[in-house]
Amino acid sequence: MVETSPQPGPLIRARGLRKCFGAFTAVDGVDFEVAPGEAFGFLGPNGAGKTSTMRMIGTVSPVTSGELTVFGLDPARHGAAIRARLGVVPQADTLDNEISVLENLMIYGRYFDLSWAESRRRAKELLDFVQLTERSNDKVEPLSGGMKRRLVIARALINEPSLLLLDEPTTGLDPQARHLLWDRLYRLKQRGVTLCLTTHYMDEAEQLCDRLVVMDQAHIVAEGSPRELIDRYVTKEVLELRFRRAENETDDSLQLDGKLDGLADRVEQLPDRVLVYTADGEAAAAAAYERGLRPASVLVRRSSLEDVFLSLTGRSLVE
Amino acid sequence: MLALRFSPPLALTRPTNIVSRNMLVYRRSALVIISGFFEPLFYLFSMGFGVGSLIGNVPLGNGSSVSYAVFVAPALLASAAMNGAIYETSNNFFYKLKYAKLYDAIISTPMSLTDVARGEVMWALLRGSLYAIGFIVVIVMLGFAGLGLLTSPLGLLAFPAATIVGFAFAGAGLAATTFVRKWRDFDYLQLALMPMFLFSGTFYPIDAFPPALQAFIQVTPLYRGVHMIRALTTGTPDATLVIDAVYLLAMGTIGLAITSRRLGKLLQT
Repeated sequence: MVETSPQPGPLIRARGLRKCFGAFTAVDGVDFEVAPGEAFGFLGPNGAGKTSTMRMIGTVSPVTSGELTVFGLDPARHGAAIRARLGVVPQADTLDNEISVLENLMIYGRYFDLSWAESRRRAKELLDFVQLTERSNDKVEPLSGGMKRRLVIARALINEPSLLLLDEPTTGLDPQARHLLWDRLYRLKQRGVTLCLTTHYMDEAEQLCDRLVVMDQAHIVAEGSPRELIDRYVTKEVLELRFRRAENETDDSLQLDGKLDGLADRVEQLPDRVLVYTADGEAAAAAAYERGLRPASVLVRRSSLEDVFLSLTGRSLVE
Repeated sequence: MLALRFSPPLALTRPTNIVSRNMLVYRRSALVIISGFFEPLFYLFSMGFGVGSLIGNVPLGNGSSVSYAVFVAPALLASAAMNGAIYETSNNFFYKLKYAKLYDAIISTPMSLTDVARGEVMWALLRGSLYAIGFIVVIVMLGFAGLGLLTSPLGLLAFPAATIVGFAFAGAGLAATTFVRKWRDFDYLQLALMPMFLFSGTFYPIDAFPPALQAFIQVTPLYRGVHMIRALTTGTPDATLVIDAVYLLAMGTIGLAITSRRLGKLLQT
């Protein structure tokens, strides 16, 4: 949208960045950089520290310790200057429910020191961009979740930001709404807007991010492009063997009697199935059959970011 | 392209964005605003003229005395200014802060929390001023009808004076609301406002109280506001007017400063 003059160095730079709430450490010394024009993602389970990191970048949460610069500026001293060039899509829709859709955008433009005329011009353009023109004069409340999310994105663009921060942009949306949002974000990226987003959806990270970091328990545990991460942390293919469980079986794990030993790089046992990480899924399936295993169903698939994520952050529920 | 045009300083325009936002909300429900205009008038007619007809003149303390309606009208103006400011800065501000999450969205813009606090005070003053103007207009019209309630041309200064009263309570109201955790906490606010309304020399001179209580009443804010406006409308000003004004301006200013800091604590976590 806005023409970003070539930036010397990264748009965001963090070194040993920490955020503590009392005795609780939400972000524990993370390092990362986001380059201009890049789509950068924070992937991680709930409570990993993604939102805290995003709020520090957005200058609405003071840094506890470590270094953070946004556009080369210190958030503690130049908060307003940073926010002037930033678009923020928070996790919860903080729309103004007491005024109309169009008014939401216009008044937000005013908060960025735009004139009423300019605010109105941009608001109409953005409503068009997010396909909400027909709802211009409606109140916000009756809009669907997807529409509200699109409106929040439009609002975040009113100041023609060069960096857009999106905290779980598509959580809770149906597939159609997600794809529409992805399409809009992709177009923004094409226009040169730098995207920085958090997500716990693997497909979203694969669709949108050039590069991402995986966060778990306040730390960054891996970094790379989606493809790189898959290559580094999991095998090319995954063989999924699903077993029908015997009626009298009470034990939680399946009785494999070591029949998969040495068959693959890694074998993971789940209550109802076994995941076999291997370069050649078909071969592994044949070998398993030869060794006398009779699975109810066999699936060979390409490994995904989800496998990376689960192998790095574990399967247990983090609350 | 915008920079070429003259524009007023941001410290002034940014708070007015809050006023604009609130005006957008009330554009659809102007009646809610107008309702606040009648309350002081009802009091004026029931107490001033109704009860007033049973009472003789009220001494002002400087030897002169005035009719009861003349005595009570400036106090009702001061109370209206207080109530107008409190309406906006208590429940309405609390709703925007805790439920509508309005300021959570605003902190991601170049607006500062000081801009937010100033804007909400401006809005409260604007709403309060409407009531003050309405009330003064009624008083002046009653004057034309032979019921002179303004006994001095100084009475026209009652408007800026009411604005100062509004400023004091708007600043303090915002600050107090930042400490509120749940709706029921507002009952404590009523506990402070109701006695002030009744005992600040509003309906009778505070000479009726023992000296210790009088001294206490004299340091409460509504008393200072009533004292200031009454001195102007009855044409009996003296040097203590300065104390009233300084007291109320300081109260509003300190309230604003506390509000900015508290909003930072609540929102920028």
